[in-house]
Order: sequence, then C-alpha cells, then structure tokens
Amino acid sequence: MEASKVIHAIYTDDDVLMSAVKKVKAERHHIEEIYTPFPVHGLDKAMGLAPTRIAITAFIYGLIGLTVAIVMMNFIMIEDWPQNIGGKPSFSYIENMPAFVPIMFELTVFFAAHLMVITFYLRSRMWPFKKAENPDPRTTDDHFLMEIAVHGNENELQNLLAETGAVEINIIDKEDGH
Amino acid sequence: MYTFSNKLKTFSFILMILGALGVGYGFMTSHKSFEEVEHLLAEESHGGGHGEEAAHATPSHDTSVNDDSHGEEAHAEVDEHKEHVEHVQHQIANRPWSALYVAAFFFMMIALGVLAFYAIQIASQAGWSPVLFRVMEGITAYLLPGALIVLGIAVASGTIGHYNLFIWMDPEVVEHDKLIQGKSGFLNLTGFIIRGLIFIAGWSLYRHFSRKFSIAQDTAEDNSNFKKSFRIAAGFLVFFIYTESMMSWDWIMSVDPHWFSTLFGWYVFASMFVSGITVIALISIYLKSRGHLEFVNENHLHDVAKYMFAFSIFWTYLWFSQFMLIWYSNIPEEVTYFVTRFADYQLPFLGMVVMNFVFPILMLMNADYKRIPWFVVMAGLVILFGHYIDIFNMIMPATVGDRWFIGIPEISSILLFAGLFIFVVFTALTKAPLLVKRYPFKKESEEFHY
Repeated sequence: MEASKVIHAIYTDDDVLMSAVKKVKAERHHIEEIYTPFPVHGLDKAMGLAPTRIAITAFIYGLIGLTVAIVMMNFIMIEDWPQNIGGKPSFSYIENMPAFVPIMFELTVFFAAHLMVITFYLRSRMWPFKKAENPDPRTTDDHFLMEIAVHGNENELQNLLAETGAVEINIIDKEDGH
Repeated sequence: MYTFSNKLKTFSFILMILGALGVGYGFMTSHKSFEEVEHLLAEESHGGGHGEEAAHATPSHDTSVNDDSHGEEAHAEVDEHKEHVEHVQHQIANRPWSALYVAAFFFMMIALGVLAFYAIQIASQAGWSPVLFRVMEGITAYLLPGALIVLGIAVASGTIGHYNLFIWMDPEVVEHDKLIQGKSGFLNLTGFIIRGLIFIAGWSLYRHFSRKFSIAQDTAEDNSNFKKSFRIAAGFLVFFIYTESMMSWDWIMSVDPHWFSTLFGWYVFASMFVSGITVIALISIYLKSRGHLEFVNENHLHDVAKYMFAFSIFWTYLWFSQFMLIWYSNIPEEVTYFVTRFADYQLPFLGMVVMNFVFPILMLMNADYKRIPWFVVMAGLVILFGHYIDIFNMIMPATVGDRWFIGIPEISSILLFAGLFIFVVFTALTKAPLLVKRYPFKKESEEFHY
C-alpha cells in the first residue's frame, strides 16, 4: 500500500516556489504534484520532468494527413474517373500535382493540429464533465501548492518546507491513494 | 578587436585569382566564329544529341544545289540555317557574361538581404540579436562594391559586350519588337542606369549611417544614436521594399522582356533574405569557433536557424505561388517562362526546390538540431547552393537557353566573388569591436536564452 498521507505546502510567490522545489529536490524528496495558477517558466526543468514528445506526434500526424490527401486525390481524380476538366492533365498524379498541393498542405496541417490537440487532451486527461482535481481553489488564483508524499517523516518534512518559505503547511489524508 | 587571419586572407586572394583566371578563360573561349558554330552544330547532330537541331542543320547542307524551281525554298532554308547558327553563336557568347552576372548578383543579394534583416532587427527592437549586429554590419560592407559590380556588368553587357544579358538594350531587336517598344519608356539604358544608381545610393546611405550611429553609440553618453538608427531603419525599410521590387524588375526580370510577374519582387526578396540569414549564421559560427564571439551562445544560433527554416518555407511558398498560378491558367504569353525551364532546366529547376525546401524542412525542424553548429553549417551550405541555383534559373534560360552547364565560367565566377566577399567582409569586421557597447538591448541579448 502506498502512503495515504500527503503534505500540502502553499506558497504565494513563484520565485519562492522555484527555490523551494530546488531545495526539496536536493533533499531527495519526491514531489507528487505542483499546482500553479499560471505557467511558471523553468518549473518542469527544476522538477526534473521528462520533456514532452507531443511535437513528435504532431509530425507523425502531419505525415498521415499528407498521405491521406495524396491517396484520396489520386484515387478520385486519377484512378476512379480521370475526366478532362478544363484541359488539366489527369493521366498521372504527378502531372496534375500542382493543383493538389493546396489540399495536401491543408490536410497536413489539419491532421497535425487536431490530432495533436486530441492527444494532448487524452494524455492530460481532460474532457467535458470531468471532475476537477483541485486540492485548493486558491491555486487557480494566486497561490502555489506543492504536494509531497509522507512516509513517516512528517516532522522532518514540515521543518524543511517551513524553511523554504511556505506560508501554510497542511497534512492531508488522501481518500484514494494513487 | 578581430584580426583578419593571414590564412583566410591568403585563401580569399587564391579564390579571387583562380576565379579571375577562370572568368578570363570563359571569355576567351566563348567567341566562336560562324563557321565554328556551324561545325559544332553539325557534329552535335551527328552525335544525335539534339534532334531539333539536326532537323535544322541537315537540310541546309544540301541547299548548295542550285535548282531554279526550288530556289526560293532553298533560300528560305539558308536563312533559317543562318538564323539558327547565329542564335547559338550568341548563346555561346552570352555564357561567361551570364555566369559572371549570376555570381555577382548572388553575393550582392546576400549583403542586401542582411541589410534588410539588420534594419528589421533595429526597427523591431529585437532583444536577442544585438550581439550579432557587428557580424551583420561586416557582411553589409560588401553591398556597395557588390551592387556597383552588378550594375557595372549589366551596363557593360550592353555597351562593351554585344547585348549579352538584356536584349532590350539592343536597338536592332527593339526596332522589330512591338512588345519591347511598348515598354521602352521603362526599359531604356539611361533609365536603367539612373534607377540602379538611386537604389545603390539609398541602400549605401542607410548602411553608412546605421554603421556610423552604431559605432558612435559605443562611446556615447546617451541613447540619441540609438534613436537615430531606429528612425532611419524604419525609413530604410519603406525605401527598401520599393527599390528591392524595382531592382528585381530591372536587374532580373528584364532579361525576359516579354514576360512579367507581379510576385517577382517578393520572390527575389525571399531568396535574398534567406541567403543573407544563412550567411549570418555561417560567419557567426566561424567566428565563434575561432573564439571571437564568446557572448554568442547556442540560443542565438537556434534563433538564426529558426529564421533560416522559416524563410526557406516562405521562399517555397512564393516560388510555388508564382509557378502554380501560371501553370494553372496556362496563358501562353506567361507560361513560356516555365516551359523553357521545364524543357531545358529540369534538374536545376526541381533540384533547387529539394535543396531550398525539402532539405531545410527536414534538417532544421528539430529544435535540438538547430543548436548544433555543424548541423546548421551543413544545412546552410545546401541552402546557399540552392539559392545560387535559384538565381541561375532566373538568368540563364533567357541568355544561354539550352546551352547551359555549370562548368569553368560558372564555378570561376563564384570563386571570384566568394573571394571578394570574404575579403571585404572580414576586412570590415576588423574595423570595430565585435560586440556593441551601450546598445540599450545589449544586456538582454547577452543573457538571451530560449
């Protein structure tokens, strides 16, 4: 069983938060989560989070979109019914390709953008009617909250966090351990 | 202060001497007599290389038979043969001129592109680039000599040479050509020279004063020089966008005086801009590798590489827009421009799209790769070569037609102007410290990170 107790340390300044994160990491405590009202530049680096790979997925989605466009137009315009429309050469795909480029471009962008956004929603577990995972409503306004798991070292942790400039330290019993 | 290393100086002299020798060789071997060209064409037709020429050349040999009933016909064939040979003779004579002109324009446009980039950085008050200002100022030192050389070659081709670049300079051609006659209000030698001098004067004045204010700012007590350079940068950008457009009509588009395109000025601009930014990257990487730019870090490189990437795509956008609109509507008077390029220049015409678009988009998309110097150098060299081919494709089809080749005249011209470019630019770099002092955004730029 995982520890069911966590410490919530609340800060009111992002600079104080950053130095607190560095100190807690230096003491080799595991930070479960940090809640902030806005993006704090460099926080992911300080926490040691792995870089995102969403750009790579977007590139792959773009290639898929390009393929869809090419296969679709090759089938419709060249293979299925190669009509003469205004004298455009429909003998092979390459001969009429300039006319297809705007669609190839748009579908590449469309697939890359939309599938990347959907990937982002799935990976960050966001959807309508989702129950908000917010331990303290003040973190959406002007407070920063650091959550650390407790493994029977409550006092030591409390002292450490107090040193880092936390304005409030609460020990919370978690209903459902992750 | 940067000192011009002797090795590099010698290298630039070697390039210039080799280039000058090759250019001289190109001019010496390009004057062929009528008989020589006739012989050459006959040989080619036996080799079976050019079917079309064979059709022209073969019957003309039989025309010496003087048959009275076919006299008129034979006479017409002789005329046609004579015209064809003279046409080819002219193309062969044009080649060293065009090679020289393409290379001269290519290096001039690098300096001009950098000057526009520099003015944009100042006018937009960019916070990342001031550490690179002195590199940019060094590159723009080539603009005045480079632009004068381009204009000089253009004018010389119509006065000393035999109208080797611009056929509208030839009064005999104009006499029989209604279309050029209609344009002669714009396309005449006097107007061409005056406009050219106005463009060059405007650009050089901006370059002169921006450099002056930049150096004055180093020792100034207040920011008045910075404000002045901000104001003239904004003014220059307005002047630039008009003159750049007109320069591209004059110096490039008028080699095909029957053809016109509204997008052309922007298209040439995109080419010069991306080449200029690439050269900024290459020279910065070179200077940094020699330990002269310790304040330039990989974040600056990343930003320059992003510009290379973005403007490679911008160039492709304009290239494709110009091509696709003409291809799609297929109006005969416009489309001949691309018909000749597809017929005779297929490899350079499509090869440059690969080098200027496919290659940079794949190489420079990854954020990590943009921070690796040798990677940017590799991509940059391909982009520069691609844009040389771009200028090549603009000039050559109109002057040498299907008689093109990248041989001694072309490579020597590149060497000649590359040597001159290196010499002028690195001499200018020794004239001032490589880091601006007291520039308001200097600190921000030094600590720039992305």
